Amino acid sequence: MNHWIIMPILLPALLAPVLVMAARYDIALARMLSVAGSVALVVLTAALLASASGEPPQMYSLGDWPAPFGIVLVLDRLSALMLVLSAVLSLIALAYAVDGWDRRGKHFHALWQFQLMGINGAFLTGDFFNLFVFFEILLIASYGLMVHGGGPDRVRAGVQYVVVNLVGSTLFLIAVGMIYSVAGTLNMADLALKVPLVAEGDRALLNTGALLLLLVFSVKAALVPVHFWLPGTYANAPAPVGALFAIMTKVGAYSIIRLYTLAFGADAGLSAWIAAPWLMPAALLTLGLGGIGVLASRTVAHFAGFAVIGSMGNLLIAVALFTPQALSAGLYYLVHSTFAAAVLFLIADQIAQRRGPESDRLTVAPPFAQSGLLAVTFFLGGIAICGMPPLSGFLGKLLILDSARTSHSATWIWTLMLSISLVSLIAFGRAGSTLFWKSSALQPTVPLDEDGQAKWPAAPPLPLLAIAAMLATIVALTGFAGPVVAWMDETAAQIHQPAQYIDAVLGVARGHE
Amino acid sequence: MEFLVASGVGVLTAAGVYMLLRKRTFPVVLGLALLSYATNVFLFSMGRLTVNLPPVINDLAQAYTDPLPQALVLTAIVISFGMTAVAVVMALRSFLENDDDIVDLPESAMALNTDPETADANVAGLDSPPGASR
Repeated sequence: MNHWIIMPILLPALLAPVLVMAARYDIALARMLSVAGSVALVVLTAALLASASGEPPQMYSLGDWPAPFGIVLVLDRLSALMLVLSAVLSLIALAYAVDGWDRRGKHFHALWQFQLMGINGAFLTGDFFNLFVFFEILLIASYGLMVHGGGPDRVRAGVQYVVVNLVGSTLFLIAVGMIYSVAGTLNMADLALKVPLVAEGDRALLNTGALLLLLVFSVKAALVPVHFWLPGTYANAPAPVGALFAIMTKVGAYSIIRLYTLAFGADAGLSAWIAAPWLMPAALLTLGLGGIGVLASRTVAHFAGFAVIGSMGNLLIAVALFTPQALSAGLYYLVHSTFAAAVLFLIADQIAQRRGPESDRLTVAPPFAQSGLLAVTFFLGGIAICGMPPLSGFLGKLLILDSARTSHSATWIWTLMLSISLVSLIAFGRAGSTLFWKSSALQPTVPLDEDGQAKWPAAPPLPLLAIAAMLATIVALTGFAGPVVAWMDETAAQIHQPAQYIDAVLGVARGHE
Repeated sequence: MEFLVASGVGVLTAAGVYMLLRKRTFPVVLGLALLSYATNVFLFSMGRLTVNLPPVINDLAQAYTDPLPQALVLTAIVISFGMTAVAVVMALRSFLENDDDIVDLPESAMALNTDPETADANVAGLDSPPGASR
């Protein structure tokens, strides 16, 4: 048994109390510990990714209790990919946060580590009740992070976020209860074996439970019609937290991929592909609404929020096709859209800080420090999230469109994805020209030096480095698209062979190891 | 007993949903508490309703009641209790910062920040703390 599998949960779980107790009044020590922990997490998850690439899914049973009675963690290619993604994203967002955001309230780093613990746990667990528990851990930490720094609007948005997610948790428990009452198990692999055997009379209860779970995961993934909490929450959250939250919608997407291919996939008998007829229309609507929202937004942060919704639409269209080819394209797009959305929140914050009273509103206002540099980052971020060549968003969308050719809803998918790309391109073009181009004609608010250049106060380099690092990952994802897609193909193939996962968890119980 | 438990869950859920849709935070928190009670009773009944049967192995037992839902319900009770406390604290903080306890975001927070106090605080741009204007 590979004991390293539990380390992505243990490391932040042990680090967070140390941060609370030992580094409570010492922000420098807290920063050092937190960044060191995040670096260690990146190294650790990269090692797990290497291990998962070469081997079939691996199981870790806590306390050595045999599955399905004990609690298990499962590491396969999909969960390893998500772990690496969240570790890299959190390291870059943390680098942005240590520039000053973490000082604006208490316990920022401890909450951050607890958030990572919940996210990593949700990706690793092989059991639905534990998925619920890890969801709660990541949510409790996110409530604290969301209102970090305070302020009337932020706290009020925080209350809404808490209420929506508590209702989501309630539905999660009801769904888990329904599934347990007819299947008699909550272990994901065991459930996959039990679902085809459920009696005819209990089938309706099982399907209701499965679709209620889809609703719960859709709340997390911000799918229409339960997307409404996202723009207000993300736009009012502190910028580095908004960037980290880019992975939270992906937790919902990951859960949808995991459950509806493993337990309700091809082998589920009468419940096979139960999510597909609901997921596809919802994903298409989500994409459309995201595009309209981007066009209607009046601040850059809201812009980024609706761009997240639109990108979730693209991603879940790929998931809802439920073919290995589409899933591979979707996973590539998932990695891309996480970084593309996160970088937009950081850019929005940089613009807001520099523009003073105008904040990040899309208005013409006097130019600000490093306007040109930020315009370049905004341009690159816009290209990435709209899916324009040459960056990876274009490749991701192309792969999704290609994999949708044989689908029944191909006409809808092609029409919507292409027209929404155009709509968001228009919206980003308009926003960029308002913020940077038209504004450059006005007089700067600071005094001019003898050459007629504005004398800006010195800007800290770290936030810009963090933004550059996010953009660099997108460029790397574009440059190495070939190997990455090949790896994703194998991952999608593994997800579409649930027998591998089931054997890893229940191999001993089923008598063939 | 099935009728009693089922209608109890139904009434708690209906009352919870009604309270949840109210305008102010206090009824919303109460609604969340009612919903979590309904969920706990529902979870408890998912192992089938039985009376006077042991949940652990016992030589004299004729039959058993399912112990797993009881363990799950304990976890769910602890989590929902903690969550209710978090919701109360958030509601209080929101009341103190906003001087009212309405759940909805004002128009200004959805798109524009029209609050003159925070808007004036960072005219100098980079000299102000990050994000003070939002």
